[in-house]
Amino acid sequence: MIEIQELTKVYGETTVVDRVSLTIGAGELCAIVGTSGSGKTTLMRMVNRLVEPTSGTVLIDGQDTREVPAYELRRRIGYAIQGHGLFPHRTVGQNIGTVPHLLGWDKSRIANRVDELLSLFQLDPGQFRDRMPNELSGGQQQRVGVARALAAEPNILLMDEPFGALDPVIRSKAQDDLLAIQKRFKTTVVLVTHDMEEAIHLGSRIAVMDGGKLLQYAAPEEIIANPATDFVAELIGGDRPFRMLSLAKVLSLVEPGEAAGDPISAGASLREAYAECLWTGREALPVIEDGKLIGRISRNELAKCAARPS
Amino acid sequence: MSIGLVIRLLVLALLVAFLVSPESFAFVFEPLTKNNQPVIYNQGSLLDLTLNHLLIVAIATALATTVAVGLAILVTRPFGAEFLPLSRSLANVGQTFPPVAVLALAVPMLGFGTAPTLVALFLYGLLPIFENTLTGLTGLPPTVTEAARGMGMTGRQRLVRVELPLALPVILAGIRLSTVISLATATIGSTVAARTLGEVIIAGLLSSNTAFVLQGGLIVGTLAVLIYDGLSAIERALTRRTGQGARANA
Repeated sequence: MIEIQELTKVYGETTVVDRVSLTIGAGELCAIVGTSGSGKTTLMRMVNRLVEPTSGTVLIDGQDTREVPAYELRRRIGYAIQGHGLFPHRTVGQNIGTVPHLLGWDKSRIANRVDELLSLFQLDPGQFRDRMPNELSGGQQQRVGVARALAAEPNILLMDEPFGALDPVIRSKAQDDLLAIQKRFKTTVVLVTHDMEEAIHLGSRIAVMDGGKLLQYAAPEEIIANPATDFVAELIGGDRPFRMLSLAKVLSLVEPGEAAGDPISAGASLREAYAECLWTGREALPVIEDGKLIGRISRNELAKCAARPS
Repeated sequence: MSIGLVIRLLVLALLVAFLVSPESFAFVFEPLTKNNQPVIYNQGSLLDLTLNHLLIVAIATALATTVAVGLAILVTRPFGAEFLPLSRSLANVGQTFPPVAVLALAVPMLGFGTAPTLVALFLYGLLPIFENTLTGLTGLPPTVTEAARGMGMTGRQRLVRVELPLALPVILAGIRLSTVISLATATIGSTVAARTLGEVIIAGLLSSNTAFVLQGGLIVGTLAVLIYDGLSAIERALTRRTGQGARANA
């Protein structure tokens, strides 16, 4: 659990982060959204003390982060950044093993962990362990960057626009990977992004920042339904019904019955299902799960879900 | 094997052969002498002079490297940042001071011989190494240094494991420049009785013997070209190894 209390950062005359307080529960994925200069990155960097706060405190599992040396604190917190920041002169394996090495793990334990993480990110250890970072594609480099951040099994993972440099197809794959890993290890993730779509897709809670102030901190449904200020509403944009639909899966709205045409997967989002209804002009779609027909989903029910929650 | 490498190996072989047995090359220099002057330098062994010349350059460059790299590391640390302008001007002064003037000033203090030459070469060699080390250490990709900090490396670990290895090709380029400058400048050391290849050139100038001048000049020139090429090759290999092609010529 991360408790941020009255955190402030002042550079000269400008207040970059202004008395922000928020609590991120264990195992949550908190997305901090804002425009450039909103202070979102500075806020995140104060958690592992890459930026020292001017005032205020950060507690991690109840302990003040200032009680330990900054470098020790950072070894306990995973850190992944945009453009991955891999060490170009170290192999993929050495890159991933950086923090375990700093912590003094023995060689065989580091080697096992490196192979485990490579497999987890669908990179064959035998093939990738001894490659240099510049021999990898952008998507592979990004995965190695996240693997490196997770190497020492941190409870907390900080991510600064981790998917910013990826093309849309690889980005959505990387986002799904992150969700799967986060679910599996119950890691608390703090993710900074300027993309509200990404925040809604990934975040279990969303913090909206502007001008150094925290405008709203709530679950995605709440942010979409009741934006606290005009600025938050503007960030969400005009297609709120569709953002609402993107939050839930087809499985949650399956009803018994049959329908004609190509089926849709139970794991798809309601937004995709609604789009498919509109595109093919059908009133309902058959739903399949693991290749078996499990029912149907209707356009009327979908439309109800897109309405403002009462 | 590339043609360039073959040529360099041939030149090296020729140089070694000439140093070991200069008399065998007498026919080349014969036309340059007049009035029965000696054809091949005869006031000492060319091989000894060459080795001594290289030794002086090696010692001066090693000292300059140690001091310049150390200074550059110091002024790029947070606590040393305020010494950056001061150390920059010191290295610049070392460069603008003519080596001859350094020799003239050093002789009264250090006497004749190798010592004043070492001092002159050392001062002259500082700047290229210092400037390149600064470039190398301050021009690292920001994401890489940021990641090193975020991983929890201490300042010392960042320096040794990330910053220096990545800056090494650029630092080596500075050492290469400094070495080649020193190789040429060391000949002046013979005016204060340091045993370098300058002796051969000066002897030639004093007796109007073009063959001597040419022998001294050719050896120094060939050494400079070969050492320059050798160090360039090491840099290229290092640059490839660290996967940062674009920064090699910084």
